Amino acid sequence: MSDQEYTPKSKAGKWFNDRLPLLTLGSHLTDYPTPKNLNYWWTFGGILTFCLLTQIITGIVLAMHYVAHADLAFASVEHIMRNVNYGWLIRYIHSNGASMFFLAVYIHIFRSLFYGSYKSPREVIWIIGLLIYLLMMATAFMGYVLPWGQMSFWGATVITSLFSAIPLIGESITTWLWGAYSVDNPTLNRFFSLHYLFPFLILGLVVLHIWALHVPGNNNPIGIDLKKPSKDTVPFHPYITIKDAFALLLFMIIFSGFVFFSPNVLGHSDNYIPANPLVTPAHIVPEWYLLPFYAILRSVPDKLGGVILMFGSIFILFVLPWLDTSKVRSAVFRPMYRYFYWIFVVDVLLLGYMGAMPAEGIYLALARIGTIYYFLHFIVVLPVVGLLEKTDPVPMSISAPVLSSGGDPALAKKDYDKI
Amino acid sequence: MSKEEKKVNRRDFLFTASYTVGAVGLGAVVWPLVHQMNPDKAQQALATTEVDISQIEPGKSITVLWRGKPVFLKRRTQEEITEARSVSLKDLPDPQKDEDRVKQGKEEWLVMLGVCTHLGCVPLKDKGDFKGWFCPCHGSHYDLSGRIRKGPAPTNMEIPKFEFVDNNTIKIG
Repeated sequence: MSDQEYTPKSKAGKWFNDRLPLLTLGSHLTDYPTPKNLNYWWTFGGILTFCLLTQIITGIVLAMHYVAHADLAFASVEHIMRNVNYGWLIRYIHSNGASMFFLAVYIHIFRSLFYGSYKSPREVIWIIGLLIYLLMMATAFMGYVLPWGQMSFWGATVITSLFSAIPLIGESITTWLWGAYSVDNPTLNRFFSLHYLFPFLILGLVVLHIWALHVPGNNNPIGIDLKKPSKDTVPFHPYITIKDAFALLLFMIIFSGFVFFSPNVLGHSDNYIPANPLVTPAHIVPEWYLLPFYAILRSVPDKLGGVILMFGSIFILFVLPWLDTSKVRSAVFRPMYRYFYWIFVVDVLLLGYMGAMPAEGIYLALARIGTIYYFLHFIVVLPVVGLLEKTDPVPMSISAPVLSSGGDPALAKKDYDKI
Repeated sequence: MSKEEKKVNRRDFLFTASYTVGAVGLGAVVWPLVHQMNPDKAQQALATTEVDISQIEPGKSITVLWRGKPVFLKRRTQEEITEARSVSLKDLPDPQKDEDRVKQGKEEWLVMLGVCTHLGCVPLKDKGDFKGWFCPCHGSHYDLSGRIRKGPAPTNMEIPKFEFVDNNTIKIG
């Protein structure tokens, strides 16, 4: 790679870089050859980095005022909202930031599913991404417990009780997680400790995620391998940085819309009632970003079965690169997969909606159909479609379809329309 | 040469011994870090609660907190007891006689953990298809003996260890 050839211009820079090649790293990140056809779905990596840093910074500030004790936690959150200077703003950024983080990560994941970014040689990037996603869910769940409202308490009870479904050792595991015989002060205390720790683990995984990305380089909307650097690539800076910055700006407008105009719309009003271990709220729902999994959990009439299927719905994503048998990455050239992709998107949205509804009657029936289809998509549709499908011709390079046909920019697009 | 390689020598012994001692040492360090998360002595100290039951009318129930969990104490009427006992064991997902869930001679007193065995919510009293309890979280129905009848919960509501200290007092735990 061209990285080795980099030498700092200044003498001081050279002196330092010989001892710690940070400037070489900076030069690699600046010049990093990026496919020139990346669309706006590719800007969510940068947006997610912004989300993580926002959560870490606002979180550190909140921890300066929050008290992790069952008797004081609820009051200390209200203290932040009423007394701490700009406390309301920082807390609303943090609580809505979690939702924005998940919004961005879901777009990022579905981008990957559409353009086949999880396929060889990018499986490790995909798996690290899933580990980040798992840690995000754990962090968000524990963060939701900290205000110690009714939803905090009962959400914590339901989620930790999932582990009691494990035969023989389940009860001991839940007691161990709680540090008591129910969700109680020790539980709150350790959740606070881990809620502070996990974002830094995520940060470490993000570094690995980007490192793994920089080995093969970015996938791109037509999903072909590129020669780098070449006519098909542009340097990361300024081309991608400016595009990412623009997308981030739009994202921040939506983010601010929530923070300033409807900061509680994504939360649940029951969480403004202090935790009461004697009364369960009539209708427990998790945060919106966990609803599809909650729907899967509830759609199984058996306790252990529901828990296995719920965790299975996430773990099946880890083997996705090997379930998808198609050699062609981008759905742009996969006429059959394209339809199944959108059916899958609708299926996940349906599951999310069913997770918010009571588990009875038509809702339960639809949740069951959605759950079955979710697994069919991975276990049957992906392997079979990859084998049956006749894919469209894939261009040799990003520039080729444009140049070989005398400047017709839509040649690749035409093939796409023919089907 | 190859014969000599296969022979177990003093170095192999030293390797195995070092790994073994190392593993034991590592375990000794890890266990305290794991075990500190289990309930501490203060939590264990709250293990018993005494409840005055003299004010409870037949057909009524109260809820008390024991080890951070609600305990239902229900004084059942004769009809309720009869109804609970008329159920065939074949109709129960977790077959258990009502007689085995109460103290002999004190059949009117049902004392059980008010915790749904599905995912730990507190069931609502006098609700559901079986006149007992109904869990609002995921729709489990319990009967007048606290036994699961319908829904995702796998087992009957748990009966804690308890005893009658005298006619008016129950000690839980």
